[in-house]
Amino acid sequence: MRVRILVSYKDSVLDPQGQTVKNALHTLGYNFIEDVRQGKVFELDLEELSPEEVEKIIPEISDKVLANPIIEKFSWQVIDKS
Amino acid sequence: MKFGVVVFPGSNCDYDTFYVLRDVLEQEAFFLWHKDHDLKRIDCVILPGGFSYGDYLRSGAIAKFSPLMKEVIEFASKGGLILGICNGFQILTELGLLPGAMLRNKNLKFLCQFVTLRVENDKTPFTHKGKRGNVLRIPIAHYEGNYFAPPEIIQELETNNQVVFRYSDAQGRVNEEANVNGSLRNIAGITNKQGNVMGMMPHPERASEALLGSQDGRLIFQSIMESI
Repeated sequence: MRVRILVSYKDSVLDPQGQTVKNALHTLGYNFIEDVRQGKVFELDLEELSPEEVEKIIPEISDKVLANPIIEKFSWQVIDKS
Repeated sequence: MKFGVVVFPGSNCDYDTFYVLRDVLEQEAFFLWHKDHDLKRIDCVILPGGFSYGDYLRSGAIAKFSPLMKEVIEFASKGGLILGICNGFQILTELGLLPGAMLRNKNLKFLCQFVTLRVENDKTPFTHKGKRGNVLRIPIAHYEGNYFAPPEIIQELETNNQVVFRYSDAQGRVNEEANVNGSLRNIAGITNKQGNVMGMMPHPERASEALLGSQDGRLIFQSIMESI
């Protein structure tokens, strides 16, 4: 099973990297882009786990290790069930 | 006085710190390997600068799981003195021993330069040899030193006088221009509520000999030496 976890800065935190990307896109003429937020993607291959276990463990790992809850938020989805 | 300098894979200011403690200030100094479980009855733990675990994931994020950190947390809870410098500060925030977190510098550049800091609190074990308002000249060397905490935490830091250093100009004026990395409220160093754990982004070990351009960093080590 493969789970994809997306970690990015909270909306209340300024993201200078995202701002720089946005400015670059504006320079190229894509002025309709209002904001860019940059984040990190983790893909975890897991042994067979029950959906309940996955529901419990992925937020646990994300909170404890992958994201710093003071500045970052996370979301996740199962991208491959096999 | 016995200092312990923690060594993680990727620490690179460990020897500089050790050298200043042992050879410049003539104190007892020991290296503490991050995998050990023994603080060797030292009086002060120093988490040195560097790039622990390559700063993969986030600065300090993996170092916080090092075995020795359990002892460090216990040491802190008993009132032991802990100083985190640069990456050491980042590790202390990841460990939860200090509030807040570090973002990338506002200009997205690695900054390696002398800065000036104003002493905000001279009642801590790390600064009591100085006076509030003193300006120290100490270098920084970091990419992620842009201090951030939610507004309620910032308020708490201010109310409890936990802000120890702010980036200032040479006259001690705290302004936007002096705020090289974009830290909230120009914060360069803080303590925990109890005052026994301090983190700072500037490197006092690189400013402890006149030959290196400044001795202002000694104030911090000498304060520690006279508080035990």
